[in-house]
Amino acid sequence: MVKKLMVNKIWGFFIIVGITVCVITGNLDKVNYEILNSTKVSLELIIKIFPVVALWLGIMNIAKVAGLLDLLANAISPFLRKLFPEIPKGHESLGFIASNIVINMFGLGSAATPFGLKAMQSLQKLNQKKDTASRSMITFLIINTSGVTLIPTTVISMRMMYESAHPTEIVGACIVATSISMICAVLIDYFVARRKVK
Amino acid sequence: MITYISSLMLPCLVLFIVAYGLYKKVDIYNVFVDGAKEAFDMLPTLFTCILGMILGINLFLESNILGYFLDAINPVLKSFQIPAEIIPMAIMRPISGGSTLALLNNLFETYGPDSYIGRIGSVIQGSTETTFYVLTLYFGSVGIKKIRHALWVGLLVDLIGIISGIVIVGLFFN
Repeated sequence: MVKKLMVNKIWGFFIIVGITVCVITGNLDKVNYEILNSTKVSLELIIKIFPVVALWLGIMNIAKVAGLLDLLANAISPFLRKLFPEIPKGHESLGFIASNIVINMFGLGSAATPFGLKAMQSLQKLNQKKDTASRSMITFLIINTSGVTLIPTTVISMRMMYESAHPTEIVGACIVATSISMICAVLIDYFVARRKVK
Repeated sequence: MITYISSLMLPCLVLFIVAYGLYKKVDIYNVFVDGAKEAFDMLPTLFTCILGMILGINLFLESNILGYFLDAINPVLKSFQIPAEIIPMAIMRPISGGSTLALLNNLFETYGPDSYIGRIGSVIQGSTETTFYVLTLYFGSVGIKKIRHALWVGLLVDLIGIISGIVIVGLFFN
């Protein structure tokens, strides 16, 4: 019951603090504008992301039917099986997780999202308690958010836009930083999950 | 070179999947359409979760609490030689991808991409993810409400990524 409230607390905190502070500091116009504006912003975001999701779900379906995802999953499954001990061998979710991680590594975040959503759906099929995140889901999410990126496309293009002398010079530093956070992510998740099971 | 390779990635992936599908004699067009249709199943949860999060985040940003917070912790940052300029970006990084990009844009404009601050900003952008967004989107799409330790571990890992980013820029470029 307490854990369930985590997201509620954050969301509630944002809204209550946001509105209260704005009212106290006299920013009433801004609050009124922001409440209605957030609907517009989220619709714009959906319009941007939805066609991309549909496109990739289509392309991915070809990969799935043709057996490509299985090939990919088999290739990195020894590694994934250690990270996701709860997923049965050869389960479809491993293929989606593998694709998501591989595409993320190449800095194609938005292309990786549909694979991630698909992976969550298929992890949900394995999940015992449908409203509670399973251990595999959390592991997947934490690996995903620790940012396994080899080629940070967005930053490189922004650096080029601002005429950097060496737009790609930060790639090495990024790889080292993501590797550190990725290793920490796996270790922390491993120990937390183990403690919770006991 | 690297940008060239990464801009090749996407087209090559599509090319490869379609070609492989044809080679395996898959009914590729209909399989594509069927797959794309599944996006509509996700739409209701996807939209409502994004709507909720954006409402919360925008209201919070509007209150400028972040600005007061920065003024308060400024002395601590100075003693660790962390430039205060990057803190808003570091805080916003897990919360909102769009506003992080806007903040990075400001840093590049003010200090230039090849400055110490510009490099730290680049590494933070390139090595971490929008944890809140991914969390909301992924858990929201399947109706998970109890997220257990996902949030705090995700944020802790972001913090580790940001700190190592700052340290590494110091080591690499000084």
